[in-house]
Amino acid sequence: MTRIEFWQGNIACAEGALAAGCTFFGGYPITPSTEVAEHMAAKLPKRGGAFIQMEDEIAGIASIIGASWTGARAMTATSGPGFSLMMENIGFAIMTETPCVVVNVQRGGPSTGQPTMSAQGDMLQVRFGSHGDIAIIALCPATVQEMFELTVKAFNLADKYRVPVFLMADETIGHMREKIIVPDTVERVERKPFVAGTPAFRVTDPDNIPGFPAFGTGQHVHVTGLTHDERGYPCATNPNLHMALVKRLVDKIENARDEMADYDVINPDAGQVFVAYGAPVRTVMQVMHDKKDTNIGFLRIRTVWPFPEKALAEFKNAKRFIIPEMNLGQISREIERHVCVPVRSIPKLGGELHTPEELVAVLEEKA
Amino acid sequence: MAEKKNTCDLFDCGHRACGGCGEALAARLVMQAAGTETIVVNATGCMEVFSTPYPETAWKVPWIHSLFENAAAVASGIEASLKKQGRKEKVVIMAGDGATFDIGMICISGAFERGHDFAYICYDNEAYMNTGIQRSGATPYDASTTTSPAGKCSFGNKLPKKDMPAILAAHGAPYVATASVAYPADLMQKIERAINTPGPCYVQVHVPCCTGWGFEGDQTVAIAKLAIETGLWVNFEMVDGKVTKVKKVVRKPVTEYLKTQKRFRHLFKPKLQETEIAAIQAIADRNAEKYGLDIKLPPKKE
Repeated sequence: MTRIEFWQGNIACAEGALAAGCTFFGGYPITPSTEVAEHMAAKLPKRGGAFIQMEDEIAGIASIIGASWTGARAMTATSGPGFSLMMENIGFAIMTETPCVVVNVQRGGPSTGQPTMSAQGDMLQVRFGSHGDIAIIALCPATVQEMFELTVKAFNLADKYRVPVFLMADETIGHMREKIIVPDTVERVERKPFVAGTPAFRVTDPDNIPGFPAFGTGQHVHVTGLTHDERGYPCATNPNLHMALVKRLVDKIENARDEMADYDVINPDAGQVFVAYGAPVRTVMQVMHDKKDTNIGFLRIRTVWPFPEKALAEFKNAKRFIIPEMNLGQISREIERHVCVPVRSIPKLGGELHTPEELVAVLEEKA
Repeated sequence: MAEKKNTCDLFDCGHRACGGCGEALAARLVMQAAGTETIVVNATGCMEVFSTPYPETAWKVPWIHSLFENAAAVASGIEASLKKQGRKEKVVIMAGDGATFDIGMICISGAFERGHDFAYICYDNEAYMNTGIQRSGATPYDASTTTSPAGKCSFGNKLPKKDMPAILAAHGAPYVATASVAYPADLMQKIERAINTPGPCYVQVHVPCCTGWGFEGDQTVAIAKLAIETGLWVNFEMVDGKVTKVKKVVRKPVTEYLKTQKRFRHLFKPKLQETEIAAIQAIADRNAEKYGLDIKLPPKKE
């Protein structure tokens, strides 16, 4: 039996985490994500989980990395300034293949910017913010329902691919309230089991993912952010080893791009095609509803990283892609890399959603 | 116009603080004591938010808000550069308890170790009020906040208040003091001393928050006073690591303080939590013993 609720997006995120079996939350209050922490503070201890308010966001993400190695599903939630503080530890989680979920309810930046206003300005930071060559997974919810569902999905992807997974929400979706259908149970994908007696980071499968040797399962596992061999021991001066390790960490995500792509295609034969993720999806939906024009297509993306490039190819007659984003055009650059037709960015800063009229005006532009 | 040295409007009226805000009162007194030749470094928090948007901007001195964690480091740069230029302005850091006890610790430790000449004023309202009342390292035992909610499983915050003055005294700070908005003359005297003592000095000011603690805005000073009279807040001075002055009191039971605030309401309703209240009384008793708080009254004549 499902049940119907009327929830705030941030509450739906916290409930999604609880449904997914998250047993550890470590974080630090920051607008507009604080309700996630507050809800976990109230609910997690009752379910035998641990909620810790850490002293800052560096400590917040570090604590979930620690918890993850005990085998727990662990999460933190933050916004721009806190996300910036997390960058070093994000790289550490990638290098050590630590499954964890980081929620970023985006607000206006740079710096403290607009704490209570909506934005999508961290979409390139999440992909490229930590130093070195990296690959991560980032999901963008456009409804309160998706705040719940994509949080569940984030845990499953994190455990499957052994990588930090980011729920890149925005203040609009985080703070809005709407109807949500809450399922009784959710799908759970476990971490790949570790084969006892083998090296801790040995990879035998073509998916490039090693089994997870949690602390306390009989392994003397050695976890380090230094370049390490398959036993986990530092070996930071061997060029071939470093190349192989970093390539594998990137490949295990990039090669699964199609497999994890999550998107909707509407009117694939259209000439003009909107592409949106997060809050702008809602404005595009309004335009689609008002216009009822099969020559207007819409690609609605939920997995923004790795970018689902195959989705663009489904619009075979596309003459132009139109990308409304609450930033100065971050994902539109990614789309430009993949298509041969013009890409029209509709950037918007300041915290307010695009209006349907703003999108219609672009549709009616002369090519 | 002649320069007004001690003018009370360096932190001006018309800002956006709640009626009865303890930290707005503290800021006004701090600036009155600091004077015009002051540069203020403000960490993220309520004060930064309510005192800055135009046209309600309250600050009439040079002022910089940096980030949440780095006020002490930004102040270090200002102070070291002023010194190289032979300038005499005073550097005052204004930071809340979250910015001081939690996220700012690394930068504070570094700045106090290097020995910059500034006054670090922590206005302590015992939780993150700007983001909606989350616990901090300064939140007292059993206070209910949104991240330490009292309920069936909990009496609120289970951790003791961090002893920040002792931590900074251990860094070798020449002057460390605690103060309260209930005693404005004492507060201003301590601010002046912190500013005029060479080296990194620290003053922690108790500033009740009507919104976060749950009381009417006309009770701010009365509640601040009760904190001292019950021994749950101690006003003292430390010079070179040694306690040199303590505000002594004829102590009242801690319930006199606790029952005035909604953050402790769960200790009284639906039933009196005697064990928890005894634990809080024990904190006051330990303070009394450590600082010699109790005034010994002469025995009553028969």
